[in-house]
Amino acid sequence: MINTLINGTNFDHKSLNALQKVTLRAVVMSFLFFGLVAVEGMIMRMVVTGPAVNPLPDMFSIPEHYFSIMTVHPIVGIFGSTYQLVFAAFMFLVPFLTKKPLYSVKLANAVWLLITIGTALAWLAAFFWQYAPLYTLYWPLPADTTQFSAIGGIVFILGVALIMLGTLGFIYNIYATIFQKVGVHANKTTKELLISGFGIDGMLNLWHKMTGRQPYSKEPALALPVVAIFRGTVDTFLDAIVILSAGVLVLVYLIFDVSGNPLDVTAIDALLYKNYFWWGLDLVADGLVLIYVAGSWYLLATLITGQKLFMENVARAALMLELLVSWMVWSHHLLADQGQPEMMKLISGEMVTAFELLTQGLALFITLVTLWKARPLKMTMELKYLLGGLVGFGLAIPAAIIQADMGMNRVLHNTQWIIMAHVHIALIVGLYMTLYSAVYVLWPIVTNNTKLWSSKLSNVHFWMYLIGGIGMGAFGGMAGLDGMLRRHLYVNGEFNTLMVLAAICGTMILVAWAVFLFNIIMSVGIKGLIGIFLPAEDKTASYGIEPESVAQNHKV
Amino acid sequence: MTFSNSVELLSFHWMAYSIYAAMIISIIAWFGYNLTRKEVKSVVRIPFYWYMAFLVAGGVGHHIFTYNAIPWVSQDISRHNITPDASYSFEIEKHKWIGLPKKVVVQCGQTVEFNVKSRDLVYGFGLFRQDGSLVLQMQVNPGTDVNGILDSNDILWTFNHNGIFDLTSTEYSGPAQYSEDGKGDLMLVKNFVEVVGCEGESK
Repeated sequence: MINTLINGTNFDHKSLNALQKVTLRAVVMSFLFFGLVAVEGMIMRMVVTGPAVNPLPDMFSIPEHYFSIMTVHPIVGIFGSTYQLVFAAFMFLVPFLTKKPLYSVKLANAVWLLITIGTALAWLAAFFWQYAPLYTLYWPLPADTTQFSAIGGIVFILGVALIMLGTLGFIYNIYATIFQKVGVHANKTTKELLISGFGIDGMLNLWHKMTGRQPYSKEPALALPVVAIFRGTVDTFLDAIVILSAGVLVLVYLIFDVSGNPLDVTAIDALLYKNYFWWGLDLVADGLVLIYVAGSWYLLATLITGQKLFMENVARAALMLELLVSWMVWSHHLLADQGQPEMMKLISGEMVTAFELLTQGLALFITLVTLWKARPLKMTMELKYLLGGLVGFGLAIPAAIIQADMGMNRVLHNTQWIIMAHVHIALIVGLYMTLYSAVYVLWPIVTNNTKLWSSKLSNVHFWMYLIGGIGMGAFGGMAGLDGMLRRHLYVNGEFNTLMVLAAICGTMILVAWAVFLFNIIMSVGIKGLIGIFLPAEDKTASYGIEPESVAQNHKV
Repeated sequence: MTFSNSVELLSFHWMAYSIYAAMIISIIAWFGYNLTRKEVKSVVRIPFYWYMAFLVAGGVGHHIFTYNAIPWVSQDISRHNITPDASYSFEIEKHKWIGLPKKVVVQCGQTVEFNVKSRDLVYGFGLFRQDGSLVLQMQVNPGTDVNGILDSNDILWTFNHNGIFDLTSTEYSGPAQYSEDGKGDLMLVKNFVEVVGCEGESK
């Protein structure tokens, strides 16, 4: 066992090329941050169980401390962990699927380093200076130096800015790779790639079919998952610009404060700022996540079955619709703001938001039918996780649509319902189980067929994670229905029973993560883990395995 | 069907969503089980366009249903054309309520307006029952008009059931809302609203 712990199963980091190594570096950092975010989450879960149950020292219940944890929890979780994992997967998949080299491995290295350092800086700002305006940064709270240290704020904003710079690096790398005129795209024009990237060829194919003509494009320039990455990255870009600009605004105020010449915070309209900020922030939740996830489902379904996607042209066209929808839904965050125009609440907050039921329901349908048509399939780990991801979004999306309603929002806004029954189930169960599926699909490709140490541990991880994730979201959501607020401190055991149950489920997630990590470390070994971070001898920035070969492992 | 308060609405919601959650988990589990089998008899065949129509009907129908079943929706939209039975205005600054009436007593069925203004940060205005469940809430944004008059954050509410409700801020506005040990919410006002006079209901 000690030998395996040190050397792994058959992992040889020297056999990895530059693209594989940079992918694995980001994956390692992502899962380390996942551990941190799970520990943070458990600290908060334990605090709200109340004094009779909470085993943690009183310092965690001190408001400054508690809310500084709550501030960095989403930063570490969404950017440090999720962004890293998604970016790593896509910077591997785009070259893999387009059969072209990644535009720049150096830039890919800069991306994971910038996001790692940025996340660490934001975390340190909360740890040392207890800077705690929460991720919402509602104006003028982030510039309120009567409550927070200006230096802490500057460090926090610099951290977030580094994350966004890393994000822009990822975006550049993806588009530069897609638009490279090499390999299969050597003879493609930029216009052809753009038409395919935006799914316009899918729409034209549908139109041609309806009018009885030949397809506009029999073989689209870009594979469907690349289209989803292309499309989702538009939202990733817009989101990065909004967060960066909000960060610059806060930074200017904090620097002036430190210099002894504070600016007037009332110069910025709080409601207008909220609209701007939520427009950008919502592009993460309702834009890139849903589009990336739909694309990931399509990719996983085709890789697992080895068959073409069911209704591919509809899927391509729907991704375009999803992009437009994601730009117009932010008002559902402002249904409790009485100054928000009623028409915006009605159109953006309710009606357009309801379209997400349609677009995500369509993605779910297409994925399930693609799998169904390929029966019988082996119930591999990747298939299990994909089904888990479908369950996650099947639960989380309606939970949000229910609240994106003027009647329901009046009694659910800012309660635990939205953060637990929607956000945590969407992220922990929906998104992460989809990503775990991708990890299992890509594992043999990225690690050159390294044998997993234990399939039993993989199954333990799956079940503990699935039950823990759904359970925590469900019990938290029930507490929300009972009136428990999401950004409030409860230390007297007000919602004790549900919080104890949620904490038990949260513990299952944490243990599941430890089991997964142990299995991975036993597979690659400590030497291999260190080796991932050593320079690659093979500088190749592409991977040439045909996607079809992956499907061979799944047929009965 | 009409919901007269949040208790009825949230109980219905709890039941409906729980049934839905059990259904979607069961469907995917059934699906997963049958994916491994060669011969499967379809239980029901759902045409694609019917499925899409179902999603559209679900998304739009939900709002039509709530508009008709939840009385505070239409009241909220047209609140500026409704004359309330009573109106209360107060402000918030540095996590303190300013000009807050000591207690608001409401007769059953009365419609009351609360107009809250913030002098500094984003706060919330929320009324809670003694069991902690939420009666209503809104965001309280700071800001002024061109004449420097504080922006209003107003809500109109009709109380249909007896009860005693606590007030606190429902939006995070920094750790200064709490006592140093975290055990006290400094913006909590116990027994702020009392509704009386609903026949057949105890206090």
